[in-house]
Amino acid sequence: MTESNYDEIMQVLCDRLSSLTNSNVQITPETNLISQLSIDSIKLLNLIMEIEDTFDVSIPINALTDVQTVRELVDLVYKIKSAS
Amino acid sequence: MNLLEKIDAAATARIALLPNGVGAFGIPIEEVYSATEARIGDRRVLLLGTNNYLGLTFAPECIQAAHEAIDKEGTGTTGSRMANGSYFGHRALEREFADFYQCSSSIVFTTGYQANLGTISGLVGPGDTVLIDGDSHASIYDGCILSGADIIRFKHNDAADMEKRLRRLGNRVETTLIIAEGIYSMLGDQAPLAEIVRLKNQYGCILLLDEAHSLGVLGETGQGLVEKTGLLKEVDFITGTFSKSLCSIGGFCVSNHPQLEQLRYISHPYIFTASPSPATIASTRAALELLRNGSHLRKQLWNNCTQLYSTLKEVGYELGPDPGPVIAAVVDTPQQALLLWQRLLEHNIYVNLILPPAAPEGKSLVRCSVNAAHTRDQIQYVGDTFTKLFKELN
Repeated sequence: MTESNYDEIMQVLCDRLSSLTNSNVQITPETNLISQLSIDSIKLLNLIMEIEDTFDVSIPINALTDVQTVRELVDLVYKIKSAS
Repeated sequence: MNLLEKIDAAATARIALLPNGVGAFGIPIEEVYSATEARIGDRRVLLLGTNNYLGLTFAPECIQAAHEAIDKEGTGTTGSRMANGSYFGHRALEREFADFYQCSSSIVFTTGYQANLGTISGLVGPGDTVLIDGDSHASIYDGCILSGADIIRFKHNDAADMEKRLRRLGNRVETTLIIAEGIYSMLGDQAPLAEIVRLKNQYGCILLLDEAHSLGVLGETGQGLVEKTGLLKEVDFITGTFSKSLCSIGGFCVSNHPQLEQLRYISHPYIFTASPSPATIASTRAALELLRNGSHLRKQLWNNCTQLYSTLKEVGYELGPDPGPVIAAVVDTPQQALLLWQRLLEHNIYVNLILPPAAPEGKSLVRCSVNAAHTRDQIQYVGDTFTKLFKELN
C-alpha cells in the first residue's frame, strides 16, 4: 500500500468523523476521539463496522485498545489493509 | 488525572447525562409482596421490570426445595467445585439440563454472566475469531475480551451483514465462533436463527446461542428459540441463565460436543469461583421442572405479552419488532425516557429505564418485562396508563 492510500484513509476517516460528531472541533491526526470528539464506545464500534465495509477489511474491536487519536485509528486501518 | 479522579469524571458525566435521573438506577425495593408487586418508598407498585417471565419467584415447590437444601447441606459450598467438590445437586442439575436439551454434556456456572464468560473464553483464544451480533449482552462482550480472540461485530439481526463479514475472514472461518441470542434484552427481538444456522454450516463455523431471555418463554417445553425454530441440533453450544425464568441465580452451557467437559479444567470463570449454594441449586431444579411442564404458564405469559404489546403499538409507541415478554418503548432522548419512567412510577408501575450507550442507536428505552403471574387486570391497568401518558407527554 502506498503513501497516497494512507492519505486516502486519513481523509475518509476525517470526513466521516466530522459528520459523525457534528462538532466545531477541527479534526487533525492528533485529535483525541474520546476527549475531543466525544465518541462514545458504541459510536466507535459502529464506526469500525463502517470502516470495515469501506475498505473491505476485518478490524477486531479489541485492536482498539491502543487507539486514542485519529492518527492511531488510521494507522490501525492502514496496517490491516496493507496485510490483507 | 489520577485513578480516583478518573472515576469522579465518569460520575460527573453520568449525572450530567440525566441530572434528575440518578434515583432511577438501583432503585431501593423495600419489600417484595409477590411475583408482581413490591413496595418502593411508600408506594405499592406493579413490577414490570424484573425478567421474572414465568412468575415463579414465590412458587411453593421452589421455596420448599431451597428450605430443605439449607437444612440438609447448609448455606454455602464455601469454595469452587474444583477444590471443594461437586455436591449431588450440582451434578443432578447438570444431568437435568442435559436431558432437557437432549444433549450429552452440561456445565452449571455460578452466574449467567459467568456462563458466557466461561464458555466463550474456554472455546476460543488468541488467534481465533468471534463473530458477534452488535447488540450482544455485556457478558458476551466480556467473555470475548477475556478470551483474547479477535472480535468482529455484525449488524444486529442482519444475516446478510454477517455473511459479508464471514466472507472477509477467508480461511479464518475454521476457527470462528458465531454468537447470537434467542431474545435480545433491549428490544425483545429474536435472532434470525435459521439464516444464522445456514451460514454457520456453509462456512463451517461453530455457533453459540445465548437463551438467557428465551428459556422458558419460547418453544413447547420452554427450551427457547432452538425449540421454536426446530433447530436444537444445529446449535453447537447453548448458554443461559437461572436468574430470569428460573428465578434464582446461576447459568449453564449445554452441548453435544464432548469437548464441553474440558472447559471445567481450562475455564477460569468456572474454576476460580465458589459454586452455587445448595439452596440455589435446589430451587433451580424445582423451577426447571415447573418450566418444562409449564405450557400453561407460557400460554398466560404470551396472552399478557400480546395484550400489552398490541395496546402500546396501537397507541403509537415505537416498539421492538417482535411481541414478547420484553416490551420496550423507544424514545429519542434520556429526558423523555426519564419523564415517562417517573410518571409511570407515580402511577405505581415500576419498569426499567435504559439510556445510551446501553440502548441501541443512541435512543433511550422504557422497558417492560411481562410475566405469567400478571393478571389480566394488571396488564390492562399498565396499558391504560401508558395510553394516558402517551397523550399527556406527546
